[in-house]
Amino acid sequence: MTTGILIAGFGGQGILFAGKFLANMGMLEGRHLSWLPSYGPEMRGGTANCSVVLSDDPIGSPIVNHPDVLVAMNLPSLDKYEDEVVSGGTIFVDSSLIGRKVKRTDVRVIYIPATQLAHENGIATLANMIIVGKMMKECDFLPYDGIEQAVRTVVSAKHADLFDVNMKAIGIGYQYQ
Amino acid sequence: MGNKVLMKGNEAIAEAAIRSGCRHYLGYPITPQTELAAYMAKRMPKIGGVFLQAESEIAAINMVYGVAATGRRVMTSSSSPGISLKQEGISYIAGSDLPCLIVNVQRGGPGLGGIQPSQSDYFQATKGGGHGDYHLIVVAPSSVQEMAQLTGLAFDLAEKYRMPAMLLADGTVGQMMEPVELPEEKDVEFTEKDWAVTGTKMQRPHHIVNSLYLVPDELERKNFERFERYRRIQETEARYESFLMDDAEICVVAFGIAARVSKNAVLAARAEGLKVGMIRPITLWPFPSQALKEAADRVKGFVSVELSMGQMIDDIKLAISCRKPVELVNRAGGMIMSPDEVLAGIRKMNGGDNQ
Repeated sequence: MTTGILIAGFGGQGILFAGKFLANMGMLEGRHLSWLPSYGPEMRGGTANCSVVLSDDPIGSPIVNHPDVLVAMNLPSLDKYEDEVVSGGTIFVDSSLIGRKVKRTDVRVIYIPATQLAHENGIATLANMIIVGKMMKECDFLPYDGIEQAVRTVVSAKHADLFDVNMKAIGIGYQYQ
Repeated sequence: MGNKVLMKGNEAIAEAAIRSGCRHYLGYPITPQTELAAYMAKRMPKIGGVFLQAESEIAAINMVYGVAATGRRVMTSSSSPGISLKQEGISYIAGSDLPCLIVNVQRGGPGLGGIQPSQSDYFQATKGGGHGDYHLIVVAPSSVQEMAQLTGLAFDLAEKYRMPAMLLADGTVGQMMEPVELPEEKDVEFTEKDWAVTGTKMQRPHHIVNSLYLVPDELERKNFERFERYRRIQETEARYESFLMDDAEICVVAFGIAARVSKNAVLAARAEGLKVGMIRPITLWPFPSQALKEAADRVKGFVSVELSMGQMIDDIKLAISCRKPVELVNRAGGMIMSPDEVLAGIRKMNGGDNQ
């Protein structure tokens, strides 16, 4: 099985970081994976996106043109990529930042007010990991075990103090109904 | 061999270079290869190596020339506009028969161009690039694993044949992360070369490193000798990956990121019942001409997939003496084709237009 994931939003929302976490989950599982960031002249406030491919077979293109899973963290991203999602795919929408509903009827849509939840819980910068938590819950390609180790790897020794808040964010997303 | 680690392509080149015994890195920053220089800046001082950010690309390549003359493993890296600046120095290094590694993480051109991935420096890399008759050994990685592997290979071949090698990557392979198994650390013990300028200690004749030969027949002889060496390289060092070619009627040819995209298209075409395979050049010089020539006996046509206006396609046509048609699927300026676009090219070559 091959899963193409596209995470898209503003620079500064932790788009690449969320992708890195998923890549590290794939690493721990011993799966084939690729992680590809957009590396334009974007910075905080600009657009950013990140392609992650997880697969049981060697990966061809690391570019996700037609995602199985789309995470849209702002309206321009949903507008741009909604039609590219494969039929039967899944779209995660940060409903606190995106006012409209998904138009497609052949995909599964999960609305989660991630940015609002992050603010309410005093972890304003971790809406990305709240959505990741929700992905853990909703997508069977990511097992919940091993999360701690993946978070530890991705926050790096230098920022070890961020381990707890990342785990907290994932927990909030996982439990969100 | 150790465990797999998750790394960016640019970082994998840097770590592999260090493990291959390179202790001299001289460069100048440019997107999209900066992670390589940053990695070297962090690591080299800790292992007794040299990281030096020169005042320009031109200065950096001439410093490479100097280190190469001492027989030490040395490298520089840049991206397309910066590589153009280095061409004079590269020609001098080739003219002096010195080994070194030049990494080009390509971006769109010409001119200052853009910063998105491209393969439009193919001609520059494979046909010489600077003035005079010369070649570089050119390797073209298509994964982070190959970024590491081919770095070591490029150093080894450069040293074996006493000539500069270029690792020709692109912004995508440079920026992406994949699991990579890094090569074992190589013994960096310096072995005395019978051509390196390391000081005679008054015990041996001078070794002379030079690219200036004012007597024409002497310079001609140098060129003849060099091209005799090139001929041996073309006979023995061409490398490529053959993918689903056994029963193929159409042969896709692509390298680097274009080969990754093409692989998806080849599999999609197979799912439609089309007999398609791919030859992926791993060395661009020497070009795997023999493999393509043999494929031309069996297939009805080729599809060249490139992030340029069509450069490698000329080498394909030469390799097969224009015996079969070659279709071009290309994007330029930093754009990357989708597997669907490659598939359309495959269908077109197949004679049907059911797209």
